[in-house]
Amino acid sequence: MLSLPVARDIGYRAPMRILLIEDDREAAAYLVKALKEAGHVADHAADGETGAHLVEDGHYDVLVVDRMLPKRDGLSIVAEMRRRGDDTPVLILSALGQVDDRVKGLRAGGDDYLPKPYAFSELLARVEVLARRRKPGETDTLIRVGSLELDRLSREVRRAGQPIPLQPREFRLLEYLMKHAGQVVTRTMLLENVWDYHFDPQTNVIDVHVSRLRSKIDKGFDEPLLHTVRGAGYMIRDGVR
Amino acid sequence: MAFGRVVRTTAFKLSAIYFVVFTAFALVFVVSISKTTDRLIGDQVRETLDAEIRGLAEQGRLGGLPAVIRTVDQRSRAPGASLYVVTDAEGDVITGNVTAIAPALMERVGLDPVAINYQRMADVASVNTALVQVLQLPGGYRMLVGRDISETQKFRDIVERSLFSIVVLMIGLALVSWFFVSRRVLKRIDSVAATSRRIMEGDLSGRLEITGTGDEFDRLAASLNAMLDRIEALLYGLKDVTDNVAHDLKTPLTRLRNRVESALAGPERSDAYRAALEATIEESDHLIRTFNALLMIARIEAGSPDGSRAPVDLAEVAADVVDLYEPLAEEAGVALSVEAEGAVTVEGVRELIGQALANLVDNAIKYAAGEEGDLRTPAARIHVRREGDLAVVTVADNGPGVPEADRARVLQRFVRLEKSRSQPGSGLGLSLVAAVARLHDGSITLDDAGPGLAVTLRLPAR
Repeated sequence: MLSLPVARDIGYRAPMRILLIEDDREAAAYLVKALKEAGHVADHAADGETGAHLVEDGHYDVLVVDRMLPKRDGLSIVAEMRRRGDDTPVLILSALGQVDDRVKGLRAGGDDYLPKPYAFSELLARVEVLARRRKPGETDTLIRVGSLELDRLSREVRRAGQPIPLQPREFRLLEYLMKHAGQVVTRTMLLENVWDYHFDPQTNVIDVHVSRLRSKIDKGFDEPLLHTVRGAGYMIRDGVR
Repeated sequence: MAFGRVVRTTAFKLSAIYFVVFTAFALVFVVSISKTTDRLIGDQVRETLDAEIRGLAEQGRLGGLPAVIRTVDQRSRAPGASLYVVTDAEGDVITGNVTAIAPALMERVGLDPVAINYQRMADVASVNTALVQVLQLPGGYRMLVGRDISETQKFRDIVERSLFSIVVLMIGLALVSWFFVSRRVLKRIDSVAATSRRIMEGDLSGRLEITGTGDEFDRLAASLNAMLDRIEALLYGLKDVTDNVAHDLKTPLTRLRNRVESALAGPERSDAYRAALEATIEESDHLIRTFNALLMIARIEAGSPDGSRAPVDLAEVAADVVDLYEPLAEEAGVALSVEAEGAVTVEGVRELIGQALANLVDNAIKYAAGEEGDLRTPAARIHVRREGDLAVVTVADNGPGVPEADRARVLQRFVRLEKSRSQPGSGLGLSLVAAVARLHDGSITLDDAGPGLAVTLRLPAR
């Protein structure tokens, strides 16, 4: 029994169709299983050609594409679907190094990039976030989680009606977490989206930021909203469910 | 120096071609000079001859045959005179200064001058060469007039001979110099070949000989040696890494395995399993992180990534990093401050510079705390400034610092000083900073911050 945080914490949502194009069968099988347990429909293609056909035929909510595939290069699949006007979110996996490969991957039309070796929890969290990227609520000016409210226009935060003063960075951190309420957000995702750096901080820098934020929004309230998901990251969610 | 090998050399082929071309030119040159000399001398003699004949004809017209004969007789006696022979209708010699004239010669009346061998009456011992012409005089008389050309022929011979000997000498010199030059070249090339063979056999310390003459071989050898230095450094770096990877990844892998094993051997309780699994994930995350850092350093050291370079403001990156680390510093009780003198821009990879600064700040916070009993407030400072053409960032702490002897060592991969073993970290932080500095054609120096460690990153400013 897999007990990955995504499966455990998310609860029911409309199932997503996810296509995984990856030639490492064991990793793929594991991932497909985990995705299914999280309530999604996951297909797997073991080489570039099969993958490209499935991309053309099926309607997927998100694609996970390995860069180096037998028969056909992953980036070319992504570039081709973008030329067709297909804007399905794509997460690119790569065993290649960092900076420049990320740039290449994103330039080819990828929406996110994850270097190997990666943690499954990291990959699952990113897939979830990508799949829900275009869901309504994304552009709402007011985001609500339980009794917590964040106004993106006036940049004010309230909990149970009481204003909570936040530093600009704390605001962005909370905004990102609330935008993805109910989803696991990893430390690297936070660093990427809130600070715009893609490296891996050596110590618990992100944890300290989050715990600071937590002390501001959860202190004095019975129901904590900001949760730590062990081995994965953080999630903001309405405790009363 | 085996002959076949010499023949195959470029030096030999070039020399052979030059040799043939040069010889051909030299021959053409010699032949054309002697021909020209010959013609010039011939023309001159003919002109003299013509003048002589015209003079005698004039005499003939004024004083008739006797005047001609008288004049000839007179002129014949003068030393170094032209050659004269006058014959009567029977072919008998009346006057003149030449002996033994073939009768057939006197028949060549009115024809072009011809070269003959002759002997002077006054000097029968020596046979000389002359250009002669025969004229018809009235009354069946004939007259031969000639000019000696053996002197000029001798002159021509001397010219030809000296030209030939010069050519032969030059060819000889060319052969000798080619021999020495090619031998020298071959020797140098042989030494290069021998050195590279030695290197291929595994002796990486081998270097090409530099003679100090500064010639093209020296320059080539110097640049090849620089290449070999780099290769050697990279190879030793690789070897170091392999050794360190073996050690530093094996230890956590063993730990990982043991933990899982002991969990399996322990009581079958889900909470125990869970704890073991969570610890396993943590440990493998650490492994992945170390592995990623290693890969990243390797990638950076392998050379610059392509288009990811852009103008980067170090002051901005420093501010970002301080923003990121400020809560951590506060929690650790470290006063973190940044001082920047305006924008300091470099051409670089923002991600990498950010990571480098983050690593430095991370270290500064970790080690600022100092030893126990230290009453100073732990502090970490970033100072961004411009020094001439350089963009300079110094990250300093006031902790125990790094002894001077260890400063170069801590930049290497996986090197962690004994005192810092207790701190979390992979020992890769500073090596990544050093790699980033190298990638940007910059440098990293470690100094005493009195007290503490000051790490200074210098990059070429934009």
